[in-house]
Amino acid sequence: MFPKRTLDNLGEKKKDMPEGLWHKCPSCGDVIHELELNANLRVCPQCDHYNILPSGERIQLLTDENTFDELDTDLRTVNPLGFNDYTDKVAKYVKKTGLQDPVVTGRCTIGGHPTALGVMDFRFLGASMGSVAGEKLTRAIECATQEKRAAIIFSASGGARMHEGILSLMQMAKTCGALARHSEAGLPYISVLTHPTTGGVTASFATVGDVILAEPKCMIGFAGPRVVKETTHQDLPPGFQTAEFMLEHGLVDRIVTRTDMRREIIRLLGFMMPALAA
Amino acid sequence: MKEQVLEFEKPLADLAIQLQTLRDHSANQKIDCSDEISRIEAKLDETKKSIYENLTAWQRIQIARHTQRPYMLDYVEHAFDDFFELHGDRHIGDDHAMPAGFARIGGHRCVLIGHQKGRELKENIKRNFGSAHPEGYRKALRLMKLAERYGIPVITLIDTPGAYPGIGAEERNIAEAIAFNLKEMMSLKTPTISVVLGEGGSGGALGIGVSDRVYMMENAYYSVISPEGCAAILWKHREHAPEAAAALKITAPDVEGLGIIDGVVPEPQGGAHHDHAVAADSLKKVIVEAIEDLGRLSHETLLEERYQKFRKLGEFEVAS
Ligand SMILES: [Zn+2]
Repeated sequence: MFPKRTLDNLGEKKKDMPEGLWHKCPSCGDVIHELELNANLRVCPQCDHYNILPSGERIQLLTDENTFDELDTDLRTVNPLGFNDYTDKVAKYVKKTGLQDPVVTGRCTIGGHPTALGVMDFRFLGASMGSVAGEKLTRAIECATQEKRAAIIFSASGGARMHEGILSLMQMAKTCGALARHSEAGLPYISVLTHPTTGGVTASFATVGDVILAEPKCMIGFAGPRVVKETTHQDLPPGFQTAEFMLEHGLVDRIVTRTDMRREIIRLLGFMMPALAA
Repeated sequence: MKEQVLEFEKPLADLAIQLQTLRDHSANQKIDCSDEISRIEAKLDETKKSIYENLTAWQRIQIARHTQRPYMLDYVEHAFDDFFELHGDRHIGDDHAMPAGFARIGGHRCVLIGHQKGRELKENIKRNFGSAHPEGYRKALRLMKLAERYGIPVITLIDTPGAYPGIGAEERNIAEAIAFNLKEMMSLKTPTISVVLGEGGSGGALGIGVSDRVYMMENAYYSVISPEGCAAILWKHREHAPEAAAALKITAPDVEGLGIIDGVVPEPQGGAHHDHAVAADSLKKVIVEAIEDLGRLSHETLLEERYQKFRKLGEFEVAS
């Protein structure tokens, strides 16, 4: 599905990238070429700011070569509430990202461990979770349970997709239900939080991992910081809702850099999937 | 407490005043005004009908948030026979926004959990306006586990604008407290019944709402986001909340139409606040019936049906 890219050649995207495309770091203001940024896994070489990693790149970074077999590529968003502009909005993001939905799922192996992987891509409508996202993740978890695979989900989301109203809320129950069965089958689930993981995604599958990892400095929260501030009329503590803050407050097991992610997940699966550890 | 008259009910209040004035006048002056009185009475009935049978989503939300609307503990008083409240999550503290304990209804033992709001400021501060902290959700789960152990059903009464978006709540992982409940409720080996009493605010509602049977009171709403929050994002201003409320399809009939709930619990005309006892009778009937229905199912059937109930929710297309 995706050509394998190693860490070394991830920057070689020249053919599909116009010349002279520069990226200004939103954190330190440093200007670097897109190619250099890609070569560094979209982490600013100056200040270590983590830019959003598209799901395709994430999958290539993580999975064993040529093992990713994408699932449910045929699911399409509908407009169940007849919400004004919703269909056009989704179409715009399909065009912009080349994805059908923020969620991409598939079977793969990671360090030889059979896995069902789900990855959310924040570029697609803030990776909000609607029916398609919930269905894809649920099917991927069910696939993991049936085929005795590890389930791994990389979360990033603005929350539930309000254009699908209560149906999007119910995706929280649906995904957690599938994870309950996965746990009962004695199989591992690793949740990886990336920037930003918020709202209904934080309040469902993202925070019930057997192990919860997070990328450095990513924002993790239920309510947005503005809402918290407006509700409480208090100053927010330093580092509020960052991965480091949530590590300190006992939600996150470990912060893992993008460079180390594949290696650390393989290490973890070695403990969590004992049948294959030998 | 002063009676809260909703904007759209003002014509009714005006007619009621007219009627009262006329009656007083008639009595004081000993004049026969019966023709005029019956004319106004008829008009009042007609106006009531035309208002209450054509409620907009926004009007229903006003009813759902009415300060005289029966809250969880009012239903405890009218519909339940005993309530033995238990406190605390065993770790941090007790959440007064979410009372929970053993209860009896229609001769059945149960564990009862719900959100509680206050009517005036002092009580509302104690109840945190019905917005629970992580401790509430963890206390709820602790009691659900007790219900499972004793083989008694769990009843949850949902009435919250949302889980509390505070600093402490975030620090103590409110999202995880909700998520863990979603997962655990799916495997709870005892019947579970939820009713949205008033406000079904997003994850804060669902956090005690993954049940075998889910109902809504006729004028309750159940939504992924508050109409104000949705309006602020999509309409760029909270004033557009009435439009957002309609677009989100959050009223009981709309949510039932989307196949999310098992039924709508009828309220007295104009809303449950007009008659707490009648609303409670109506709620009791639905809960007792559900307890008896679910009691006939094996744990295996119960869990499979619960899983499928939520598994099937969502609308999408399969591309050819
Ligand atoms: Zn930088």
